[in-house]
Amino acid sequence: MTRFIIMRLLQSFIALIGISILVFVLVRASGDPTMLFRTSMSTEEDIARIRANLGLDKSMQEQYWIFLSGMFQGDLGESLTKDRPVTEMILERLPNSLKLAVSSFFISMILAFLLGVLGATRRDTFLDNGVKFLAILGQALPGFWVAIMAILVFSVYWQVLPPYGTGTPAHYVLPVVTMAFFLLPGMMRLIRSGMLDVLDSEYIKLARIKGLPERVVIWKHALRNALIAPLTAAGMIFAMLITGAVITENVFGWPGVGRLSIEALFSRDFPVIQGITIMVAAAVLLINLLVDILYAYIDPRIRYQQM
Amino acid sequence: MQNIAPDIEAITGTKVATGIRRVRIIRQLTLIIPSIVLFLLVITAIFADLSWLGLPDVRLAPYDPVKTSMPERFLPPFWAAEGSTAHLLGTDNLGRDILSRVIFGARVSLSVSLLVILITSSIGTVLGIIAGYLGGRTDNTLMRVTDISLSFPAILIAILLAASIGPGYWTVVLALSILGWAPYARLIRGEALKLREEDFVAQARIIGASPIRTMVKHIFPNIINPLIIMMTLSVGMVILTEAALSYLGAGIPPPNPSWGAMVNDGRNFIDTAWWISLFPGVAIGLVVLSGNFLGDWLRDTMDPRLRQL
Repeated sequence: MTRFIIMRLLQSFIALIGISILVFVLVRASGDPTMLFRTSMSTEEDIARIRANLGLDKSMQEQYWIFLSGMFQGDLGESLTKDRPVTEMILERLPNSLKLAVSSFFISMILAFLLGVLGATRRDTFLDNGVKFLAILGQALPGFWVAIMAILVFSVYWQVLPPYGTGTPAHYVLPVVTMAFFLLPGMMRLIRSGMLDVLDSEYIKLARIKGLPERVVIWKHALRNALIAPLTAAGMIFAMLITGAVITENVFGWPGVGRLSIEALFSRDFPVIQGITIMVAAAVLLINLLVDILYAYIDPRIRYQQM
Repeated sequence: MQNIAPDIEAITGTKVATGIRRVRIIRQLTLIIPSIVLFLLVITAIFADLSWLGLPDVRLAPYDPVKTSMPERFLPPFWAAEGSTAHLLGTDNLGRDILSRVIFGARVSLSVSLLVILITSSIGTVLGIIAGYLGGRTDNTLMRVTDISLSFPAILIAILLAASIGPGYWTVVLALSILGWAPYARLIRGEALKLREEDFVAQARIIGASPIRTMVKHIFPNIINPLIIMMTLSVGMVILTEAALSYLGAGIPPPNPSWGAMVNDGRNFIDTAWWISLFPGVAIGLVVLSGNFLGDWLRDTMDPRLRQL
């Protein structure tokens, strides 16, 4: 097991370096980034200052080395428009994003479990069909549009909820609910199909033959094993969470990291976006690593097979 | 086989024949309706205007989608009190005809999704077959990269690219392609892994076929079904992501009509002019719904094993 963890750690480290190279290349794909800031007003000195600021006066390898060593020390560079360290700007916004993401994640997770299990155990009933219909709709309608329509109904017509900003608990309702709606279909699908697979298995039959009450069979024996399906998809769920956060924060003017990335896009402040991307990449790798270890811990077959 | 219908009817209390017929009709409807919607989408995208034939004035759309008209701003749809049949779905904050913009928006959605799906499915198929057929270290490495790509939000790559090379059509295509091959690679790899153990592949190897020949001539023809299903199912995904990017300002730049950007145009006028945001969203939902239904139908018909997709 120790060897397995060390191997995975090493792989994640290599992957992080790979991603940093990719991000480094993509950001410089335009050739000279200072072209983006050149206006009729900017003097040669301004350009030179920006170049020095970005380290563009150095060679490519040197630039990458500075970028990489900074990255491992938690230094993601300086913002171009705010004259502040990128790390600081991200950390300042992070709590807001977490509040939104964590609360909608839990709401959609709980709903996904309830509806997913009910759907799988009561197949083709009215309830199952209703849940399926909602899931189909949720997967087809764009999240940002649903959010705007929610503003139209709850803030414009009924005027019961604020459409924008933060502050009171009421400000949480629309963003959290629309984001949960965005996350729900994918999670529900995962849990429902995981549950259906498990319910077909031999040990569930055994549990039933033993005479256990259906309630115990479903919620204890089946659900535990059905949990593995969403666990292996944790990476994909995380990607959905980030996507949902970027969209929701921007619709509702929520001052989180997702909003920051678009603010940075409009001011062409790409060190900020680069920093956010690297941070998300590190989180992605960490989650994949944790899932692998957890999975190997739960299921010994994986552990021995991939040694 | 003996007729068991009466027994089933006795147990369940429903008529078997009507039950089957109802299921059959629903299944046919889930093929026919999405096919019509997608067919209409293609027709609208092609004939929005005939500028590609050198005839920019011959068009299906009633107006020029980027022509602004200040006196005609914020006209509601035709059924509203102040609406007129001149602008069936009303006009936006710059007086542009919404119906015309929705029609031209079909072009963006359709062409982006076709391009992206073509690129990602090609890359994913090649990598998937190589990983599945060769196995071992190649497979391990490729699948690690695939796993990471699957859990990386494409939206961030798109924002990064929009900031570095500027938002635009090709930026969107590139951004969606960088990570989009991963689901294909994973699916195809699984299929290739199973096919590798089949007798006809072993026979090809015994005759002396090279690995490349085996992969192209024996593995590839047998993964076409799952590939087509996956391609159909990704139409909706790509259209939704493109729309989200255009909504955020990281996609197709204004004044080009893109459904996502149109929803954003209406965001600030939602309290007075709801129709600016409503109609493009309905268009997105309708097309994505159709793509998903068609994909599901193809899956159930061609390869029901792939329920997980």
